[in-house]
Amino acid sequence: MITAHNLTKVYNSVAVLNIDNLEIPKGQSFGLVGNNGAGKTTFFSLMLDLIQPSSGCINNNGVQVDLSEAWKPFTAAFIDESFLIGYLTAEEYFYFIGELRGRNKADVDQLLSGFKDFFHGEILGQKKYLRDLSKGNQKKVGIVATFIGDPEVIILDEPFANLDPTTQIRLKTIIKDLVAKKEVTVLVSSHDLSHVTEVCERIVVLHKGEVVKDIQTSAQTLKELEVFFGR
Amino acid sequence: MAIKIAMIFAAIYFMLVFLGLGIGAYYFIEQNNWGDPLQLVNKFLVYYVVADLYLRYMLQKMPVTNIRPLLYLPIKKDKVVGYSLGKTMFSFFNWSHAFFFVPFSVVLVINGYATVGVIGWHLGMMALLFCNNFINILVNNKDGLFYVLIALFSVLGICQYYGFFDITVFTAPFFNSLYGQPWMAFLAWILLIALITSSFLYFKNHMYLDAGLAGKTLVAKTEDYMWLNRFGILGTFLKNDIKLIRRNKRSKTAVIMSVFFIFYGLFFLTGGIEAYEGPVWKIFAGIFISGGFLFSFGQFVPSWDSSYYPLMMSQNIQYKEYLASKWYLMVIATLVSTILASFYIYFGWDTYMAVLVGAVYNIGVNSYLVLWGGAYIKTPIDLSSNKKAFGDKQAFNAKTLMLTLPKLILPLGFYALGHYWVSPSAGYLFVALAGVLGFAFKNKVFGLIEEIYKKEKYKTLAAYKQKP
Repeated sequence: MITAHNLTKVYNSVAVLNIDNLEIPKGQSFGLVGNNGAGKTTFFSLMLDLIQPSSGCINNNGVQVDLSEAWKPFTAAFIDESFLIGYLTAEEYFYFIGELRGRNKADVDQLLSGFKDFFHGEILGQKKYLRDLSKGNQKKVGIVATFIGDPEVIILDEPFANLDPTTQIRLKTIIKDLVAKKEVTVLVSSHDLSHVTEVCERIVVLHKGEVVKDIQTSAQTLKELEVFFGR
Repeated sequence: MAIKIAMIFAAIYFMLVFLGLGIGAYYFIEQNNWGDPLQLVNKFLVYYVVADLYLRYMLQKMPVTNIRPLLYLPIKKDKVVGYSLGKTMFSFFNWSHAFFFVPFSVVLVINGYATVGVIGWHLGMMALLFCNNFINILVNNKDGLFYVLIALFSVLGICQYYGFFDITVFTAPFFNSLYGQPWMAFLAWILLIALITSSFLYFKNHMYLDAGLAGKTLVAKTEDYMWLNRFGILGTFLKNDIKLIRRNKRSKTAVIMSVFFIFYGLFFLTGGIEAYEGPVWKIFAGIFISGGFLFSFGQFVPSWDSSYYPLMMSQNIQYKEYLASKWYLMVIATLVSTILASFYIYFGWDTYMAVLVGAVYNIGVNSYLVLWGGAYIKTPIDLSSNKKAFGDKQAFNAKTLMLTLPKLILPLGFYALGHYWVSPSAGYLFVALAGVLGFAFKNKVFGLIEEIYKKEKYKTLAAYKQKP
């Protein structure tokens, strides 16, 4: 369970995020949509304690994230390329994350073997450093790395951007499978309305930092969102 | 303001050193009866030219990086290439030579050398150094070729030192002929024009994203360093740091600089420069010789990890182990430098003692201070380029300046205290004792540094978000 209370973030006296109350139950697939500057990445950065809230706080499984670091072992995230280490090969990066999360090489290899299709032969054994991979392939590496070490909370900022169509479809399957087990809370943000409506049980629309819609996904959701953003 | 003054002083210092060499070299050689100054200089010019090429290869920025954005603009290709190549002419690596060659030439003329000859020699040398500029552009990224050349000249240098084979016998006549037959300078200029033309044509013909403008991609190899696994999480970080150093241009430069630091002591310990004769300077030199890596690498912790700091901060990481890994690297490097510097024994055990004592102080005190100072620097580092490798104005803030005092001045004080009150040996003992004491309080100090890193976390993250 993740809760945010009276959460605000103010830059130069402009509130970029202002959430009164938000609860995300364990095991939910949670989608965050909104235009640029709506506060999606700000919210994720606050969840990861990368920036300090101006007021209020976020609780992640009972841990207040800006006070204790105890949320780190069960939380994984891929926000942008600053979560990749450019001078490592994909394998080295996976093993590095694995070691930080208490997984040995064999554990990581086993996990990776499940993502053969997703990688499409472009990630493992490539004799390339991550910095030399294409944006899409970098994203694949970052996303899969978040699955290492069985985290309970996974945060993915715009995971569908830069992926080719085949990989987008595979990623949707992966996220749906994860959520089906009802143990992992997945937080996803996206600019692609059809993707989020497909993988998320619940969608929250942010506009200028405030929650303007909170929808349990149904057959009408996509239409509703299109109407909202088409105004 | 204080920053600017410091930078200006540094620039003036180097200019004065070069100027001093240019003016002083002639009289110095004459005084020591080493023969004709011009001929002696000519003898070693071949090494000067190669060393220049080496430095350029390592440090000079390539023009190609600026071309990419110009491709899409309505500018003729000739102009773009001409502009990019022309810009390199004004590089520091070109005009800095003037500080030596201009005064040296003037002194030659004053001392009765044929004016025409000196002008020929001077122009010839100028052309050759500019040739280096273009050779560097042409051979850029051809590591194999380049290292063969460097290895060849290192071997030649060693051969000459031991008297097996003297390359200068063959090269000196050329440099001498620039003076003897000034028209020879034209040959150098023709070579320069040929090089300019060929680099111009090369770039013009390769001005495509997948040809001349393609970034260099190295063939990567996954490396395990399994032997480090026994150190647990610390080993994990060490593995990463070793890869960081080995695979990035910027960090390699830090290592190369630390090798230069080893030789820096020659100024102090051999009595070459009178101003540095005082006994206290020995400690100063000792600290630099053993601590080159500590200073060039350590002061930028945690900036080395700036490009992926958000990852580090959201992973399950203890600062203690993260810092310990950097600390061990610095300690190991300090020990290696100290061993490499053992050639100072040649100048007497007393001299080497200064290096040893400096190493103890570096490990015991300075290693903490650089980590501490690093928390305040907050300059994001672009690992793939050498830009700002020689410091950045943000690196000179009040806090880091304050921290250099105990790094360099304090040990001098300790030594002076022992040296003048008791005896020179007591001076060494005092400095070493400070180091040992610092070492003993490692856990306590690490705790303090950890707190500072935690306190600075958000500011550091925000600073690293700015593009380097």
